Amino acid sequence: MIVVPIKEESDIVHARAAAKDVARKLGFGLVDQTRISTAVSELARNIYLYAGEGEVHIEEHPDSHRGIRVTFIDNGPGIDDVELALKDGWSSTKAMGKGLPGAKRLTDHMEINTQPGHGTTVTIEKWLAQ
Amino acid sequence: MLENTSIPILKLKDFLLVSIQIDLHDRIAQQLQQDILERISQTQAKGVLIDISALEMVDSFMGRTLADTARMASTLDSEIVIVGMQPAVAITLVELGLPLGGVKTAINLDEGYELLQESLKEKASEKQGLEEESEEEEADDSGSD
Repeated sequence: MIVVPIKEESDIVHARAAAKDVARKLGFGLVDQTRISTAVSELARNIYLYAGEGEVHIEEHPDSHRGIRVTFIDNGPGIDDVELALKDGWSSTKAMGKGLPGAKRLTDHMEINTQPGHGTTVTIEKWLAQ
Repeated sequence: MLENTSIPILKLKDFLLVSIQIDLHDRIAQQLQQDILERISQTQAKGVLIDISALEMVDSFMGRTLADTARMASTLDSEIVIVGMQPAVAITLVELGLPLGGVKTAINLDEGYELLQESLKEKASEKQGLEEESEEEEADDSGSD
């Protein structure tokens, strides 16, 4: 597993480059590599914008689905209304509100665990075609 | 840390030429936007070609910064053409929900340059048309005196 700490803005670039590298090594094609690095960029930026700092964990998917799994962990303010945050165009800051819904569309699976005041963990998966 | 990362903006006759060769940080993207607008204002450039063929991804921040820059440039009477987007980037941008609406794009620099030239000609002939119209009006006015 590769852990990329997110502390400053340039770490967003490190996270998406690392994810793309892992995706390529796992055998994803160029379009999927681009989808994965773009989704990672959106979600890593969410950590930087909303929580200030956190971590991105990049790993090969451990079970049934072969592919990649990326987990975004922070101890920030959490998300009050996940359903609202997944709506296109909605954003609580000056960000563009494409982060969560966009990342969801670019991946095969997304899971959000959050508690207001206790941080957020977002997991995304992209599966290799069998 | 990230000091010497400014992206060169070249002037070529009526146009500016920018080639993005590094993975764009948010801050560098914003700096580039500002630099492009300043150069348009200084040089009165009528168009800007932004080559993104080296960009391996364009996320929502970058996409919106590019689209905003194009809109801002048009208020300065200049036109931006995004050139050379990789197919994987185009696919991902649309899936992300950010199809760069309203921004002119071209497949390569040659096509982008043609596009700017044509649009410059169109503008010139529109302007000429307007001038001729007003001359005719003036002629009509003098005729009725």
